[in-house]
Amino acid sequence: MGQTFNTLLKKVKSEIQELTPAEADKFLGENRPARLLDVREKIEFDEGYIPGATHVPRGHLEARIEETVPDKSTPIVLYCAGGVRSAFAAQTLELMGYTSVFSMSGGYGGWKSYGGAVVKPRTLTAAQQARYSRHLLVPEVGEQGQLKLLDTKILLIGAGGLGAPNAYYLAAAGVGTLGIIDNDVVEESNLQRQIIHTVERVGQYKADSAAKAIQALNPDVTVVVYKERLTASNIERILPQYDLVVDGTDNFETRYLVNDFAVKYRKPVIHASILSFNGQLTTLIPYEGPCYRCIYPDPPPAALAPNCSEAGVLGVLPGVIGLLQSNEALKLALGIGTSLAGRFLLFDALEAEFTELKLRRDPHCVACGEHADLDDLLEQHRRGDVLIPACQIAYTQH
Amino acid sequence: MAKVKIPPILRKLSGGVKESEVEGATIGEVLDSLDRKYPTIKNQLLTQDGEIARFVNLYLNDEDVRFLQGLTTPVSATDTVVILPAMSGGAL
Repeated sequence: MGQTFNTLLKKVKSEIQELTPAEADKFLGENRPARLLDVREKIEFDEGYIPGATHVPRGHLEARIEETVPDKSTPIVLYCAGGVRSAFAAQTLELMGYTSVFSMSGGYGGWKSYGGAVVKPRTLTAAQQARYSRHLLVPEVGEQGQLKLLDTKILLIGAGGLGAPNAYYLAAAGVGTLGIIDNDVVEESNLQRQIIHTVERVGQYKADSAAKAIQALNPDVTVVVYKERLTASNIERILPQYDLVVDGTDNFETRYLVNDFAVKYRKPVIHASILSFNGQLTTLIPYEGPCYRCIYPDPPPAALAPNCSEAGVLGVLPGVIGLLQSNEALKLALGIGTSLAGRFLLFDALEAEFTELKLRRDPHCVACGEHADLDDLLEQHRRGDVLIPACQIAYTQH
Repeated sequence: MAKVKIPPILRKLSGGVKESEVEGATIGEVLDSLDRKYPTIKNQLLTQDGEIARFVNLYLNDEDVRFLQGLTTPVSATDTVVILPAMSGGAL
C-alpha cells in the first residue's frame, strides 16, 4: 500500500540534509563553489528570488540538473516556497549521485522572515514572451539574454547596403535601441539590395525610411534617427550613447573617424566592406584586438579606393555580409560565442568561398599602440587634418 | 609555384584574373614575378621606397607578412599569397 503525503514527506525529510535559512546563508557565504537552486515555478520566481539563485523548476530538475551543475560533488542548496518541494528535489539529486545536497527549510518564505536579501527579476511581458519565444528556447539567449538585448544600444552607421539587413534583423531580434545615421535619401537604384526601403519611400531620408520599417516590424525598438553625416563635430555627441557600432559606411574618411573615436570611447566596431562579389568583415574591440588602423594604418590613394555608385555590387552580397555583422553584434551584446576579433573573414560570392586571415594588434598603431597619442589624432580629426582622398573612380596606371 | 590571390580592385591589371601561379622564394620575388606577368601591379602595392604600402596587406596563407619577415618572408610552392588592399564600400 502507498504512503500518504505526510508519511512520505516525513520519511524524505529524515533522509535528506536540511539547513535553516540562517544556516543556508552562512553555508553559501563560506562555500564559494556552492550553488543555490530555486526549484519553484516560473511565476513564483518572477515575483522575487534569492540573489545568486539559478532557477530550475522542480518539474525540469532531473532533465536540467546535469547541464546546470555538471560536477556532482558541488554543494547544492535547494529552496522552494516552503521547504516541501525542495526536500523531494534534494532526495532526487541524491539519487542522481549528487553528494552534497541541502534543502532549505521554510523555503523562500522562511528566508524572507529571516531577513535574507531578495531580488525581483525583470521579466518580459506576455507579448514579448510570444514574440521572442524562439530566442527564449535557446539556452544561450533565454529570458535574461533577451532582456540584455532589449537594453542594448547599437549605432548603425549607414542605412544602405550593409545597414539595411543589420537594421532589419537587429530590430527583429529585439535590440532595444538602434541609432541610424545617414544623410542620404532613398533612390530607386538602392532597392536592388537595400531591402529596408520601399518604392513608396523613394526620395525620403534613408534613416527615416529605415525607422518606419523597424517600427512596423517591432515596436519594442526605439529608433534614433540622425539625418546627418557623421563628422568629428558630431561623433562625440552620438557615439558615447551606444554600446557598439555596426560600420556600414561607404568611405574611408568615416571609417577612420569611427575607428579613432571608438578606440577613445572603447566601443566595439563591427567592421565590414563590400565590393562587387567580395566582402570582408571583422570585429574591432579596442585594446583587446586590433583596431582598423592596426590592419590598415593609412587609407589608400583615391585610385585604389573605388567606393561610390560606379563600383557595383551583387544584390545579395550586402545581405550576406550584413547579417554576419548582425551575428557578431548579437553575440557581443549577449556575451556569448567567439567574436571575429583578430580574424578577417573574407567572402567570395562567385566561388561561394570563405577565407579567414589572422589579424594582430600593431604595437606601433597610431590609435591604440603603445606610444599612440590618441588625443592628438582626434584633434587632427577635429581640425580636418586627417586627409583622406575623396571618392574617385578614375583608375590610373602608373 | 605559389598561388597569388588578386583582389577585385587590381583585376583590371591582371585582365580579370583572380588567381595566378608565380615563381618566387620570397614575398618580394613573388611580387616581382607577378609584376612581370601583369606589369605595374607592384606599383600599387609598394611605396616608392619599395616598402609594402600601408593600405595594403599581404598574407602568406593566413598570416600578415608584416608580422613575419615582410618582403623577405620565405614562400614555398604550396603557399598562397593573399593581396588585400583596404576596402571601403558598405553603404553601396
